[in-house]
Amino acid sequence: MLILLFLSSGLFLGWSLGANDASNIFGTAVSTRMVKFYTAAIVASIFVVLGAIVSGAGTTHTLGKLGAVDMIAGAFMVALAAAVTVFWMTKLSLPVSTSQAIVGAIVGWNMFAGKTTDMHALTKIASTWVMSPILAAAFSFVFFLLFKKLLEVWKIHIFRLDAYTRIGLIVIGAFGAYSLGANNIGNVMGVFVSVAPFESLELMGMSISGVSQLFLLGGLAIAVGIFTYSKRVMLTVGEGVVKLTPQSALIVVLSQSIVLFLFASKGLETWLLGHNLPTIPLVPVSSSQVVIGSVLGIGLAHGGRGIRFRVLGKIASGWVTTPVIAAVISFISLFFLQNVFDQQVVKPTEMIGHHQIISTQVIKTG
Amino acid sequence: MIFKKTKGLELQMDSFLDKISESGIVFRRGVKNYMNNAEKDFSRHLEQIRTLEHEADELRKAIETELYTQTLVPESRGDILALMETSDDVIDRATDTLSEFSIERPVVPEQFREGFIELAKSTVRAMEEMVKAMRAFMRDPLNVRNYLHKVYHWEKESDRLAEDLKRAIFASEDLKLSEKIHLRYFALHTDTIADRAEDVADRLSIYTIKRSI
Repeated sequence: MLILLFLSSGLFLGWSLGANDASNIFGTAVSTRMVKFYTAAIVASIFVVLGAIVSGAGTTHTLGKLGAVDMIAGAFMVALAAAVTVFWMTKLSLPVSTSQAIVGAIVGWNMFAGKTTDMHALTKIASTWVMSPILAAAFSFVFFLLFKKLLEVWKIHIFRLDAYTRIGLIVIGAFGAYSLGANNIGNVMGVFVSVAPFESLELMGMSISGVSQLFLLGGLAIAVGIFTYSKRVMLTVGEGVVKLTPQSALIVVLSQSIVLFLFASKGLETWLLGHNLPTIPLVPVSSSQVVIGSVLGIGLAHGGRGIRFRVLGKIASGWVTTPVIAAVISFISLFFLQNVFDQQVVKPTEMIGHHQIISTQVIKTG
Repeated sequence: MIFKKTKGLELQMDSFLDKISESGIVFRRGVKNYMNNAEKDFSRHLEQIRTLEHEADELRKAIETELYTQTLVPESRGDILALMETSDDVIDRATDTLSEFSIERPVVPEQFREGFIELAKSTVRAMEEMVKAMRAFMRDPLNVRNYLHKVYHWEKESDRLAEDLKRAIFASEDLKLSEKIHLRYFALHTDTIADRAEDVADRLSIYTIKRSI
């Protein structure tokens, strides 16, 4: 039970991810009534969980390199600091992403624990935040032109195109949900990986590792978020900033899914390494910002009319403000948790080291 | 399952457009029969256009019901419905006009007969180009423009022919005013068919922009 209490902040992050980010995948499909909400919710939930369990390790590993939170109370507070940042910034209508908040919160933990942050890992992560929407824009730009050309050549009847689009929205939506689970589970459960005391389980001849159990829990929290709250977010997204046709929505979801997948797939990384090609860093990125990049790509393919560059400026500012705020909240709350609630948030490794050195010296001199 | 339903709807829509196109041909031939005093053929064509109008109505209702109960093409179904209803007005107008020839039996002097036949030909051309534009809207939106300008051309041509005919009628010294007004009424109604086709074309030009991805 205590473990669940400590995991609750991560589960809350998962819930909020399901509530908000599922709309990036199925928002337009549901709000334009191309796909029923329950169909979308079921497909999204199944594939988010699958993506988390099958491919979630890559991005989690990168976050681990940034800062290995080594006590469960510390992990709880890091995830909570990220959740509070997301919640607070959402309330203030500021662009925010769980990925950026969790990175800030981990850096906050590093500062509190007196550990140096791996600047190489941090730079790699920050550069993917910039790259991901740009890449998404490039994909959707190309897909849009390609799709337009194909429609001109194939001359599909409007009714048939409707049927194809519906199927495409569900199939590509499933891929998107899988990629979202794979890419973002690290945000939700990453900080708990090295501290959650789950034993491997034997089930029907299959061994389920502790990490997989953790990811399953995180995936389920995302699924609960999708079922309980994402409908209203989907409807708001559909009526909101940009009105997309179902066909454009298909392109947006496809581009977004590919980008999330590229930044999460260990299989692709291995393949690229095997062919002596440069690899793509496995980093949790913001699905909302990737979507905005995709929509921008379509706007550019239309000749760049109606693009609101202020929105882009706001996103860029979020790349800095979100991690900074999360780091500060994380640092302060870790201090409180340790000093007011008397919880150990950092493993006292240095103390042991000194003690050993002193003991050795005593033995030597003695 | 979903493709079977889609295929069925495609066939119904094609059939609906066939009915409009066919009713144009029947209308033109009916007017010609009337002008040539071919009473039997005229009655046959009148009967035929009434059947076509009824069948088109049934098809339109069936497609509308299917689109709404199955939530198909949610983005464009309002546009498709509006298009079908406006194009249904065209076939209704053609049927009513032929029917009025049958009821009111206007006396058309020899010198105006060719004018009426030409006017009917021109309005039916507008109607045919309208059907082609609608077919293009369904499958090949980029091509819609190629037909729309022809609809506008034949609508203008019909206006010109109707005006020439009316001027000639009112300039005639052999007819009483009541006969002139009666003939003007038929010129006007035949011309209105092209106006209704133009209404469809106006809608199509907007819907085609909306339909682009």
